[in-house]
Amino acid sequence: MSAALASEPIVRVEGLVAGYDGNVLLQDVNFSVNRGEVFVILGGSGCGKSTLLKHMIGLYQPMAGKVIIDGDDIVTAEGAARRAVLTKIGVMYQSGALFGSMTLLENVRLPLEEYTALDPGAMDLLARMKLKLVGLDQFCGRMPSELSGGMQKRAAIARAMALDPGILFLDEPSAGLDPITSAEIDALIRRLSRSLHITFVIVTHELQSIYAISDRVIMLDKRAKGIIAEGDPKVLRDTSDNPWVRQFFRREAEVAPETT
Amino acid sequence: MTSAVSEAKERPAAQLALEDAADRGLVLRLSGRLDAYSIAGVWREARAAAAGAPNRPIVIDATAVDYCDGGGVAMLVDLLRQPRPADAAIAIRGLKREFQTLLDQFDPHAFAAPPAPPAPQTNTVEEIGRASAQVLRDVRTQVAFIGETSGALWYAFTHPRRVRWKDVWYECEQVGANALPIVTLISFLLGVILAFQAAVPMRQFGAEIFVADLVGLAIIRELGGLMTAILLAGRSGAAFAAEIGTMKVNEELNALTTMGLDPVRFLVVTRIVAAILMVPLLSLYANLVGVLAGGITMLSFNIPLVTYLKEVDSIVDLKDLIAGMVKTPVFAVLIAGIGCLRGLQTETGASGVGISATRAVVSGIVLLVAVDGIFAVIYYILDV
Repeated sequence: MSAALASEPIVRVEGLVAGYDGNVLLQDVNFSVNRGEVFVILGGSGCGKSTLLKHMIGLYQPMAGKVIIDGDDIVTAEGAARRAVLTKIGVMYQSGALFGSMTLLENVRLPLEEYTALDPGAMDLLARMKLKLVGLDQFCGRMPSELSGGMQKRAAIARAMALDPGILFLDEPSAGLDPITSAEIDALIRRLSRSLHITFVIVTHELQSIYAISDRVIMLDKRAKGIIAEGDPKVLRDTSDNPWVRQFFRREAEVAPETT
Repeated sequence: MTSAVSEAKERPAAQLALEDAADRGLVLRLSGRLDAYSIAGVWREARAAAAGAPNRPIVIDATAVDYCDGGGVAMLVDLLRQPRPADAAIAIRGLKREFQTLLDQFDPHAFAAPPAPPAPQTNTVEEIGRASAQVLRDVRTQVAFIGETSGALWYAFTHPRRVRWKDVWYECEQVGANALPIVTLISFLLGVILAFQAAVPMRQFGAEIFVADLVGLAIIRELGGLMTAILLAGRSGAAFAAEIGTMKVNEELNALTTMGLDPVRFLVVTRIVAAILMVPLLSLYANLVGVLAGGITMLSFNIPLVTYLKEVDSIVDLKDLIAGMVKTPVFAVLIAGIGCLRGLQTETGASGVGISATRAVVSGIVLLVAVDGIFAVIYYILDV
């Protein structure tokens, strides 16, 4: 990642308040993600990682605050403006969320069919190239149910990249995978980040993945209802003033958090 | 490959200009922005130009391309992968370094072949064999299910304290109380339609009063119970299949099994008992509403309600009511049993639960009508 890229925010979360049924889960959350970086949202179970991600991609409406994606607020965008914001992002869900009635090629083709005027042959080629990027081009004709969990996640990344969005949001990309497959996904993320300069926003609590892929992390805590640490994960592990942050990174038994 | 849309507003769309080169070659001069949103027309033109010059060397001049993402790279790969003679090859020049890096990730000749075809289709004989085996498996499953359910119901009958009555009452509410509005509406309309359709021709003979006989007998002996059962097959049978199917997909059934709890006793018995309790009550209620609806309709044909009800009372006796009601517990077992069976047979995948719900409704209704026919024959033989 170049210095120029690193200094330019592409996603900004400003004063976000989020929760369910009147219960506030995240209070006044502020951070930004720089263009081209691999940004990880981490924290313990139930701290609101996935909730934050779903607010960032416009699935949930926040109680207050803004989520600025490349200059446009996804919270207030409606109609054509919202569709335009959504073309800037791609999302990979925890389960992959591939459409079970379609082949891999058809899954990746779907956004191209809906958003572009390309010929069928051109869409096929483009979809195959996306699958090639994630190492699945030889499985174009397979149904998702015929693939392993790791392959499904890679295919979901290919589908998320179909329209060449600048930002990819990944929800628990390594969850439920064996260590080798998990490492393969990590390597894929690093490769795509370096070669295509895609910005990644990743929710995970897999420590090995965090060390392997992240440029920067924020750490959420459910008692603080927000961010309790931000920065390089290795630096946080070694130098954080917050004992709970250090314990988290060292995978030690929980102690009472010290909110900042 | 960074944010496409906002930049698209500021930069020129993809453009293509064709020029003849000095050495009998052809130059495709690309300019502007090459992305999936704006490239469709240029892609077609470029392919047509290349196809129209099969023996001329082609140079793609990309000097004026100021943005190129996966879409643009795909177009270049598409042009490069076309088979051409060696002296009429396609070359790219002037592509900016960052775009060339993207292009270099792909070997155009790796995409020369069409995409891998889907899994080979099986032949007709194999299909018939598979379908037959599936039918046999289905029959075996149904027989096993009937056996298991009968055993579980007998156990529940002999050990009523072991029945999960809290679940039974919950299902009674779902199957019975919550179905009242739809049963009321359909029974009322059934009574109105029957009475009206019969009254119009009968009036020609001055026989409107016999509409009461027709409506009373048809609804109490036959239609009240059958229509209620068909409604519940669509409503509760599908719900049972979907609930149990979702539990199976979520491995909740496996959890029950590994806890040593029998899914049939836990899930099926409660639903069947609830249906056995509720379907006769709903059928009785449907009879009442249907007959009253017929009476209300006959008011418009100047037949007073009292006269109508006296006529119904004269033609319908207790034997008819019993003949109608005896069928309803059997219908209840069919509706709940089929719904639960289809739920237990649910396969994985997003469509699995939907398929189970559909099968529960279709096979439930078919079985209901078939069993109703068998009852009709039995009643005829027994002269009931």
